[in-house]
Amino acid sequence: MTDRLQDTVNVLVPTGALGAGVRESDVVAGLAMGAHAIACDAGSTDSGPAYLATGVAKYSRAAIKTDLAILMRAQARSGLPLLIGTCGTSGCDAALDWTREIALEIAREHDLHPRIALLYSEQPPELIAAKARECRVTPLAPMVHADPELFGQCEHIVALMGPEPYIAALEAGADIVLGGRTTDTAVLAAVPLMRGAGVGPAWHAAKIAECGGLCAANPRDGGVMMRVGADAFEIEPLSANNHCTPRTVSAHMLYENSDPFQLIEPGGILEVTDARYAAVDDRVVRVTGSRFLPRPYTMKLEGASAGAFQTIMLVGIQDRAVLKELDRFLKQMHRHLCQRVNDTMGERIGSFDISLRPYGANAVSGLPLSASSAVPVEIGLLFIATAATQALATQIAKTCNPLFFHMPLNCDTPLPSYAFPFSPAEIERGAVYEFMLNHVVHVDHALELVRTEYVDTAELQDA
Amino acid sequence: MPKISEVCRHVRSKNAGPFWITLDLSFPDSESFERYANAAALQPAAIAALYDVDATQVKRFLVHDLSVVKISYPRRSPQGGAMERDMHGGQQYIRLLDVVLE
Repeated sequence: MTDRLQDTVNVLVPTGALGAGVRESDVVAGLAMGAHAIACDAGSTDSGPAYLATGVAKYSRAAIKTDLAILMRAQARSGLPLLIGTCGTSGCDAALDWTREIALEIAREHDLHPRIALLYSEQPPELIAAKARECRVTPLAPMVHADPELFGQCEHIVALMGPEPYIAALEAGADIVLGGRTTDTAVLAAVPLMRGAGVGPAWHAAKIAECGGLCAANPRDGGVMMRVGADAFEIEPLSANNHCTPRTVSAHMLYENSDPFQLIEPGGILEVTDARYAAVDDRVVRVTGSRFLPRPYTMKLEGASAGAFQTIMLVGIQDRAVLKELDRFLKQMHRHLCQRVNDTMGERIGSFDISLRPYGANAVSGLPLSASSAVPVEIGLLFIATAATQALATQIAKTCNPLFFHMPLNCDTPLPSYAFPFSPAEIERGAVYEFMLNHVVHVDHALELVRTEYVDTAELQDA
Repeated sequence: MPKISEVCRHVRSKNAGPFWITLDLSFPDSESFERYANAAALQPAAIAALYDVDATQVKRFLVHDLSVVKISYPRRSPQGGAMERDMHGGQQYIRLLDVVLE
């Protein structure tokens, strides 16, 4: 048993993402363990570009409201600051406003009166294009250019905030800070940095705790507490049944990072090459040797566009002869489908794509089927039409329907009928979205591109 | 000459942001890690050929404390575009499993 760290700043991290599930028992335990702040994030790019392009959140309103209500009531009871980063999955202005309305509804229902700060970090495309013309936007690998026209193609552009806007809002008296797009680490590191804890340990602890219990032995068993001292930090699970080991904690540096030793953050680089992970007891891990190397302040940019539209169909195939010669069957079907679209729709279709993906065979990899591959018992054959408009994509699907449904393996065999699970057969998927930006913008200071607003206290009165 | 699936304790893949995939190969002990970490099949050229990407952009890290080889490569197209097949990159490790280490 080693003595515990003294004079730490403690952040209760109740979940890896707001909306994924917060347990009241975790929060109660964390408050009893001496938390100085409650913080978590509510977003990521991990689920794809649609959330940023549309401004719609990944999690349901009900899930966000349930989690946020637990945290806001804990905030009111304890008086501790509550920080939520990247509200509404993408952290764009619409997603932050959506979260703001949920918070106000909770406040009215529970008669809470917190001072709520809102940090907006969505950027007008013209502003970023202008920065690009001033050579203040730099592409990150594997991207190579920062053409100003790129920014106009995005539905929304956000800049990832560091901890400074959170610290400024807390110093101005906020009880709750709801942030737009922020690095996962910054929202957790903000209070330790504000209160003078070690800079390297604060950033590193935040990185380890960003996914809640993912750094513990049972990753699904709730959140964690990070305790940041001057030269070290400690991580422990909130649940008494869970535990951290040096391996579970250090292994988290591998997760979703392209580099396990260096992480670029706004204003510097977290460098953990020399970090050492040691067990304090059978539940708690202490980490030393973390460093933060200051750099000129940059904010990472994210932007997503809406492009083409897709309509899909799904059919089940158990025909043994087809499955035995699946590659030939699919090539033949693809040829006939494209021919049929060209013959019936002519030039007005424009550029289009038909993708056939046999789930049960090689749909996920897209790699050629090898001769040694086992013959599947059945496949779900997904048809995806991609075209410039939804109407055109659906026209393609409807045009292809009979061939997709009745395509024989050989032309001399009776026409088969495959197994459609739905009527109508075609499903309109809507727009296809795409991440457009992988750049940083150079700013003069951390607050340059951030707008801070406060909720009017009158809005918190009973409606 | 064993396959990666026969040597490694755990192999996984995941997005590292929308533009990169990262592969973690976890070896069961430091002996097997030392023996295979620098195998030809785990060099950037071999990974680039396997995933059809530019070898000069493949990043490789040896995490001695965890007996892990970590390899990151740029996605051929950003996550979630029209032709996406694996939104989170979570199945991209499968094609490593039959690769032979020597």
